[in-house]
Amino acid sequence: MIETQGVVVRYNGRAAVDGVTLSVAPGEWVGLIGPNGAGKSSLLGAISGTVTHDGVVRIAGRPATELGRRAAARAIAVVPQNPVLPEDMDVIDYVLLGRTPHLGYLAAETDADVAVTEAALWDLGIIHLADRPLGSLSGGERQRCVLARALAQEAPVLLLDEPTSALDIGHRQQVLDLVADLRRTRSLAVLAAMHDLTLAAQYADRLALMIDGRITIEGAAGEVLTESTIAAFSGARVSVIKGPDGQIVVVPKRR
Amino acid sequence: MTVESSRRLPVLLLSLVGGVLLVALLAAVMIGPVDLRPSAVFLEIFDHLPLVDVDSGLDARQAAIVWELRLPRAVLGALVGATLAVAGAAYQGVFRNPLADPYLLGVAAGAGLGATIAIVAVGSGSVLVPIAAFVGAVLAVVATYGLGSAGGGRRTGTTLILAGVAVAAFLTAAQTFVQQRHAETIREVYAWILGRLGTTGWGDVALMAPYAAISIVVIVLHRRLLDVLAVGEDEARTLGVRPERVRTAVVIAATLGTAGAVAASGLIGFVGIVVPHTIRLLVGSSYRAIVPMTVLGGAAFLVLADLVARTALSPSEIPIGVVTAFVGGPFFVVILRTSRRGAQ
Repeated sequence: MIETQGVVVRYNGRAAVDGVTLSVAPGEWVGLIGPNGAGKSSLLGAISGTVTHDGVVRIAGRPATELGRRAAARAIAVVPQNPVLPEDMDVIDYVLLGRTPHLGYLAAETDADVAVTEAALWDLGIIHLADRPLGSLSGGERQRCVLARALAQEAPVLLLDEPTSALDIGHRQQVLDLVADLRRTRSLAVLAAMHDLTLAAQYADRLALMIDGRITIEGAAGEVLTESTIAAFSGARVSVIKGPDGQIVVVPKRR
Repeated sequence: MTVESSRRLPVLLLSLVGGVLLVALLAAVMIGPVDLRPSAVFLEIFDHLPLVDVDSGLDARQAAIVWELRLPRAVLGALVGATLAVAGAAYQGVFRNPLADPYLLGVAAGAGLGATIAIVAVGSGSVLVPIAAFVGAVLAVVATYGLGSAGGGRRTGTTLILAGVAVAAFLTAAQTFVQQRHAETIREVYAWILGRLGTTGWGDVALMAPYAAISIVVIVLHRRLLDVLAVGEDEARTLGVRPERVRTAVVIAATLGTAGAVAASGLIGFVGIVVPHTIRLLVGSSYRAIVPMTVLGGAAFLVLADLVARTALSPSEIPIGVVTAFVGGPFFVVILRTSRRGAQ
């Protein structure tokens, strides 16, 4: 569904993303892991077209540069790391913004747009919050609003940038479960930058480890998450063990 | 579930504010030093509609008071009020700063300098006055924009406001200088600066109408996109919107409207802040509702303010800019307090 070929992002001459080639198929969840500053957000920005870059990004086989801004936004929905949530904006008005790429420049929303928006609110279990201002919601509820907006975009690709970093463990799980369900029911291609390695291993089909702007290892969680690779990229001392149901668990070790 | 109601325009509130505007216009036409029967005023206005011919019973002098003095002044007030208010809302939206208003960004000061130079050079009645005001306003916005992004830093709301303050101070100084150097026109310039609604018939209305129409129409059409800008430039891009394009269109429209309003009525302050924020407290933060409400609310506010300006100390007139600040300030505080209390 999305493919990148030799994508390079430079800031003041320094390459934050240095020749990344990666693909995500429809219905597939690829987890992007790596240390802070490895270029994960820049890569996501290049794919969504908000960061200037060299190299090729293909969306459903077509180069993204051939698509207009709006067409690209109909194909790719982004959940940013620190979304801007205008405090007094009502949830419904905020989620309706997801319909923007489907509307002409000066057009107003139709009943169909409202129906899509309500369906997104329903799917995320926040329909009862529709008329509440964003500022009155809890962290988990806000995160759902951002996801709902991305869903209302009805794009086949979902880019998530550390979608759960601000949440506690229970809400993290909830949000990731929601994404997992949505990916299944809507066959979304999901590319998610994730900090928590254990959760990344559990939810993603495939992991790509990014260090200094390059993808160094890509594959199943068991291949990527070994004690030596984790120590190499993060300097962390960890044990990688198998959980009760065979899943990979990364446990920090104290010195 | 009342999801529908929040998306649609607040029809009830819109008709309420529209009703207030109508009442304000009627009051403005009926109230004045010369007592006229309300029914006769009604008939007189009715008589001017195409294909309608009724006898209002007013004599020629009274009819002229209604048709040549009071009605054009009320209509001008409505146009200026609607334009200044909606321009304020537009600036607050594109700059994502609640303190942005036409005056803070130096637009009005620029228009003021342009208009003063034109008055000094060719007199206050010239059609060059609004043109000069427009040129001054545009230059002021360009200067504020340029300064706000100078130094390689990001163009944040704060740097823009600071740049606007600097530009406004500079242009006001220049305007004062020009004004003091030409003592013979100082009265005209002063009268213009303090803000007044013209009593010269429909001429001012005709002058103001195209500016008001363009700026109101463009901003109303961009109301949904102002909401998109509320999530910031990066996210607006991921939603398929080019924020620069929206900002340029809206700033040009708001500048055009402000320039027209300042040229037609001088520097009437406070409308661009108090009206959008009062509306915001009533309908929430979505510009889809704020913008149309602000157009009607701004019109009603200025018509009423002008009514106070010319009747409170009758027969002398208070400058309307004094009334908008004097009445609007406390009114705003009351609204703010009651709504905060209601929210808790």
